[in-house]
Amino acid sequence: MDTRTAEELHAPQQKASWTEFIKAHFRDYGMLLSLLVIMLFFQVVTDGTLLRPLNLTNLVLQNSYIVIMALGMLLVIVAGHIDLSVGSIVGFVGGLAAIMMVRWGIDPVTTTIACLIVGGMIGAAQGYWVAYFKVPSFIVTLAGMLVFKGLTLALLGGMSVGPFPVVFQRLSSGFIPDVFGGEGFNYTALFLGVASVAAIIYFSFRSRANQLKHAVETAPFGLFLFKNGLLALLVVAFCYQMATYRGLPNVLVIMAVLIALYAFVTNRTTIGRRIYALGGNEKAAKLSGIKTDRLTFLTFVNMGVLAGLAGLIFAARLNTATPKAGLGFELDVIAAVFIGGASATGGVGKVTGAVIGAFVMGVMNNGMSILGIGIDYQQVIKGLVLLAAVSLDVYNRKK
Amino acid sequence: MNAILEMRGITKTFPGVKALDNVNITVRAGEIHALVGENGAGKSTLMKVLSGVYPHGSYSGEIHYEGEERRFSGIADSEKLGIIIIHQELALVPLLSIAENIFLGNEQARYGVIDWSVAFARTKELLKLVGLKESPEELITNLGVGKQQLVEIAKALSKKVKLLILDEPTASLNEKDSDALLNLLLQFKAQGISSILISHKLNEISKVADSITVLRDGGTVETLDCQTQEVSEDRIIRGMVGRTMEDRYPKREPKIGETIFQVENWSAHHPLHNHVQVVKNVNLSIRRGEIVGIAGLMGAGRTEFAMSLFGRSYGQNISGRATLHGKEIDVSTVERAVSNGIAYATEDRKTYGLVLAEDIRKNVTLANLDGVSKNLVIDDIQELAVANDYRAKMRIRSPSVFQETVNLSGGNQQKVVLSKWLFSDPEILILDEPTRGIDVGAKYEIYTIINRLADAGKGVLMISSEMPELLGMCDRIYVMNEGSLIAELDIAEASQEKIMHAIVKSGRR
Repeated sequence: MDTRTAEELHAPQQKASWTEFIKAHFRDYGMLLSLLVIMLFFQVVTDGTLLRPLNLTNLVLQNSYIVIMALGMLLVIVAGHIDLSVGSIVGFVGGLAAIMMVRWGIDPVTTTIACLIVGGMIGAAQGYWVAYFKVPSFIVTLAGMLVFKGLTLALLGGMSVGPFPVVFQRLSSGFIPDVFGGEGFNYTALFLGVASVAAIIYFSFRSRANQLKHAVETAPFGLFLFKNGLLALLVVAFCYQMATYRGLPNVLVIMAVLIALYAFVTNRTTIGRRIYALGGNEKAAKLSGIKTDRLTFLTFVNMGVLAGLAGLIFAARLNTATPKAGLGFELDVIAAVFIGGASATGGVGKVTGAVIGAFVMGVMNNGMSILGIGIDYQQVIKGLVLLAAVSLDVYNRKK
Repeated sequence: MNAILEMRGITKTFPGVKALDNVNITVRAGEIHALVGENGAGKSTLMKVLSGVYPHGSYSGEIHYEGEERRFSGIADSEKLGIIIIHQELALVPLLSIAENIFLGNEQARYGVIDWSVAFARTKELLKLVGLKESPEELITNLGVGKQQLVEIAKALSKKVKLLILDEPTASLNEKDSDALLNLLLQFKAQGISSILISHKLNEISKVADSITVLRDGGTVETLDCQTQEVSEDRIIRGMVGRTMEDRYPKREPKIGETIFQVENWSAHHPLHNHVQVVKNVNLSIRRGEIVGIAGLMGAGRTEFAMSLFGRSYGQNISGRATLHGKEIDVSTVERAVSNGIAYATEDRKTYGLVLAEDIRKNVTLANLDGVSKNLVIDDIQELAVANDYRAKMRIRSPSVFQETVNLSGGNQQKVVLSKWLFSDPEILILDEPTRGIDVGAKYEIYTIINRLADAGKGVLMISSEMPELLGMCDRIYVMNEGSLIAELDIAEASQEKIMHAIVKSGRR
């Protein structure tokens, strides 16, 4: 009964020019572009210190826990909520790990598993009030922030506890050992870099071929090549730099695996899709048969586990648990997610955006510290960048 | 009679679209002027030009009001001269009182201090004018939609209105409230206030309008003068759609089979007030290939019944049995109801039907993600094929399935909601006000889709406040009043009079 032809209905816009495509997808690329500009800026003003192997390693280590928590926070924010307690959970779980290993002599593996479970339970305790009691998440997690900050102090008796067993320290300070035994150059790092580039290129070619086969709108081939080429170049260059120092930190691998996992979950799985629907319109999602309460609950459990993991990584990095650990982390994490383009009203946001947002904050922290800018003005600048990034995003969306 | 308003050669373009193309409209002083046209014909845009939402300079053409050319740069300018718009989506603050809402932005204050006794006294006068007996201190949230509409009008009156513009004022009102509102317009007319009435309900227009301007695709088609000629509904429709509508309801040969769905003794209580029984012992059945209607006034409990049946989405203390093909089915959660073959397309598609920020594709598959995924992983290509298929089948007008649903017209949004539920492959489809706020052409398409479903052997339960629609579409009609089914009419014997009669009779009991 339809008079239009199949071509009209499925008309792919393959012929879209570069400029048109970039315009249409500006929000996807704009964020990455601004990260590159910021990195370039600091690379120049720090006389090349920023991208030196040692500093690059530091950059990864310093930001890993923020990035990891940003993954969980993204889901919470997309679901239409917020979690202010993650900084306190970092402190509490770090403290718990210290007490378990240093005071009670429990082995690191058991401790790690127990701490992740505790993190999940804290998330569950908060998620319960938000999901089933409909207490606003802002209030619940504000309460949680105070409670766990207090419990951290009580747990540690106001003192720092450390140092940790060597095995546990490796979580943060360890590197992937070089199986090829290169002198002063870590071939494993380069190999892993090349391997992941190969995997990325294989998958993007496969998905592009699939898209073309089904006449889906795709990026122009030139842009596609350019994008993948640039990505490959960046990854290989990064791994090369790291290889000249001590190789790839363990944390980097954990982080990379988690980013890939969460990107997959949000883009391709039913649970990811349902979280976006829940945040976009909870009532409609509910009437479509989605168990919105349970989904909200699970996003908080997930956040708790990731905050617990971040707490372990942070404690391992300092090699001691202090009552002040995690102070203010929630702000960095939330800022990262919003800089990455998530919407405060829920339903909108991307994993890649949150990760880039975290690195924008991280590079600025690192770069400004190298320049010797005091912590006072660092905060001023970070605050202004957050405001500018989100305003620009709002402005772009209005257009 | 001289003209109070003359808009000449109004042309307004948005990037890529000509929304208005040389539109002319003349409103005589003291008349009710109806503005009709399909959704997207440019009615709202024209009113936004008039009220200054689109300031002078952003359009071409001239506006003459009370004999002078006017160049409004914002709503404040037009309001100062007595041009007041009441939008379809009411702009009242729910948790403020009637008085606070009426004088919002125009407070009865001196040096910023509000004089409440003056405000309340004036509110009382205004409420009397529109026939409301509520206290000025009553909160808006406690009023029904009909009364809220009257408060909006009282607010307009507080601003010394000369030209009142009503955008779909009766879209969500029942017949009684609609009549009251239309009578109010006639009263205002007697007092010399002119009005522009935008409405899809043509019977109302033929009742009150003095002249009718028809817009189509951003241009003026014609202006009909109701005082010099008899203007029939069919005549108006011909102008709106540019062709004669032989029949507003597509023809169908019902092929009715055995009873497939039954509800027995269904009851539900108000979600907050447990002692109030909203749905009372409802018994109904649907046969294969049958379209069954539920008629009733607004607030009769029809939506409440449907939603309580669909996964207990409304109310508490719900009791009763639902059987499909003779077997009792579990409908205690939406998920179970859907997997047991029930679907419910809501009356309020923006709030309950669509995730507006997401595209057509994601909305279509939302209720049946398992249908496009394997081991919890969504197959993009299959999903896209499904979405494209429904876009073609339902004739959803959009550049692609990647169009966000917020940008679609009401009719196309409704088609997306229907697609979503069709893809969940139900046996029984409950449609709540399926054509609310949709233009004549799109309505016909929705009717065609409903007929096709019935022909495919599904059972359709259709809730509608428009009786002609039920009479034109259904094979059998239940009448609901105050939570109970009070009558069951076969289509052969049903008529508007009989339905109203049943309602009135049960109300007197």
